[in-house]
Amino acid sequence: MSTSDVTPVLQARGLVKRYGHVTAIDGADFDLLPGEVLAVIGDNGAGKTSLIKALTGAITPDEGEIRLNGEPIRFTGPQSARQHGIETVYQDLAVAASMDIASNMFLGRELRRPGFLGSALRMLDKKRMRQEAAAHMADLKIGLRSLTQPVETLSGGQRQAVAVARSVAWAKSVVVMDEPTAALGVKESGQVLDLIRRVRDKGMPVVLISHNMPHVFEIADRIHIHRLGRREALIKPSDHSMAEVVAIMTGALRVSDDGGTVVADADAAEAAGVSAH
Amino acid sequence: MTATTMPYDQLKGPTKVRRLLATPTTGPLVALLLACVFFSLTTEQFLSGGNFSLIVQQVMVVGTLAIGQTLIILTAGIDLSCGAVMAFGSIVIAKAAAEGGLPPFVAIALGLVVCAVFGLVNGLLVQLIPLPPFIVTLGMLNVAFALTHIYSAEQTITDLPAPLTALGETFPLGNTDITYGSLVTIALFLLFAYALSGTSWGRHVYALGNSPEAARLNGIRTSRLTIGLYTLAGVVYGIAALLLISRTGVGDPQAGQTDNLDSITAVVLGGTSLFGGRGAVLGTFIGVLIVGVFRNGLQLMGVASIYQTLITGVLVILAVTVDQISRRKAR
Repeated sequence: MSTSDVTPVLQARGLVKRYGHVTAIDGADFDLLPGEVLAVIGDNGAGKTSLIKALTGAITPDEGEIRLNGEPIRFTGPQSARQHGIETVYQDLAVAASMDIASNMFLGRELRRPGFLGSALRMLDKKRMRQEAAAHMADLKIGLRSLTQPVETLSGGQRQAVAVARSVAWAKSVVVMDEPTAALGVKESGQVLDLIRRVRDKGMPVVLISHNMPHVFEIADRIHIHRLGRREALIKPSDHSMAEVVAIMTGALRVSDDGGTVVADADAAEAAGVSAH
Repeated sequence: MTATTMPYDQLKGPTKVRRLLATPTTGPLVALLLACVFFSLTTEQFLSGGNFSLIVQQVMVVGTLAIGQTLIILTAGIDLSCGAVMAFGSIVIAKAAAEGGLPPFVAIALGLVVCAVFGLVNGLLVQLIPLPPFIVTLGMLNVAFALTHIYSAEQTITDLPAPLTALGETFPLGNTDITYGSLVTIALFLLFAYALSGTSWGRHVYALGNSPEAARLNGIRTSRLTIGLYTLAGVVYGIAALLLISRTGVGDPQAGQTDNLDSITAVVLGGTSLFGGRGAVLGTFIGVLIVGVFRNGLQLMGVASIYQTLITGVLVILAVTVDQISRRKAR
């Protein structure tokens, strides 16, 4: 994949966000290409969350530029990012537990009945919402017994599937997933990773924030390594080992201009058991 | 999902029976029917149109308060001020019409606005400071109670113009007399049942009660919704104030002092969870009727009224226990 001839779906250049003396984002760049799963990794406090918040409209950067499909854009809030087709799956899922799956998929975007019933009585079109929810779930091959069962009766993996399906259903450009496997067991994590693959195969680019290196290496097309408020490196998982990626993340190694790695901190690199190549 | 082997079937839900059993209103409804059967068998007078009409009349004020209370409890809040706000509203309406010389309908509108302002202030304090609903409405209970007594100078207001008590009039249905006020209460229950189950607004109320954060992340304006709910509850208390006047025929500063707890009792008996996000306003209607039927039936059996209170207390504890256990099962 070459970055020069393809327009990134979502791109940022030189983002800066300061809170008093603290610089949360320090000149960060970001590139998401069409149809890829881009993992964003970084140590705690590296500023991943701030970067993602800036890209999804939750915070407004002080400096820098964000482009969506090549066009400069300014989000005024999460709602504005959603309107531009960027959907986020939150770590704590953001589902209403006692409500059923279809209601959750359409939460905040309910469909009304056509005609008088909808306009004057504001009556919900429950049947159409159920059918469309069913179509979305089928599209992603998510098998559930019923769309009328409350979300709280589902397993953790199934809930995550509902949250993912909801975001994919509404996303026009990008789906951002914040630690989608963090709370799940091995088998359920596998199911969610399969689901992410199917989302990508539909052509929807995915930004995946994760701490789980095996998961990142299993599913990511490219890895954005965040360190000290900026992008330290943008690599392919096939070019580097997991140990190297961790070393870049912690500052022991640095990616050189030719795509190899050089030792940035000799003691740390030795401690981590990695060397330049 | 590959490992989820359940066959995909888009519209088939759990069977009708199982869904019915899972509905929080089913238990209260069964309890109500059992109570009706019991009192029909043990007393001569219970099973009659006139007696049922009387029960509805007896519960219509608390029932209307309980509608507002349901809205607040669905958001995981609680409103201790509803009875006192209603009492103040009724004094405002009665005084404005009987002593202030305002046209009756203007006086009624004024009472609704005053009650709405109480609700609005509750909502603003709960949402914007933010403060726990229990404390805010406890304070407001005292404020409204004091204002009622100051404004009325402890005097019952009599000689009210006819429109204020019109809802206390009856019309015959077959050989049973029904008050118009009962119809207003039933109409309000149906209106809110539709709004909560059939519109986006209702969905948002439930989502808010489930998790304000999840609701917000889904683009629901939770702050506006919460403040609006408290204000709307205030309007409903204003309607209850009018029903109170129509039932007693006077403006009584002593009225409604235990109605806040009675309304909570009705909501809880109706299967609405104090933890928010679960329940239904028709359940509250059933809860109100349970209280009414027990009081009426026990009275007909000649049981002293203090035992009626005792049994209501036991029922409430039973209802909350059932709610807690079913919530644990749902996890």
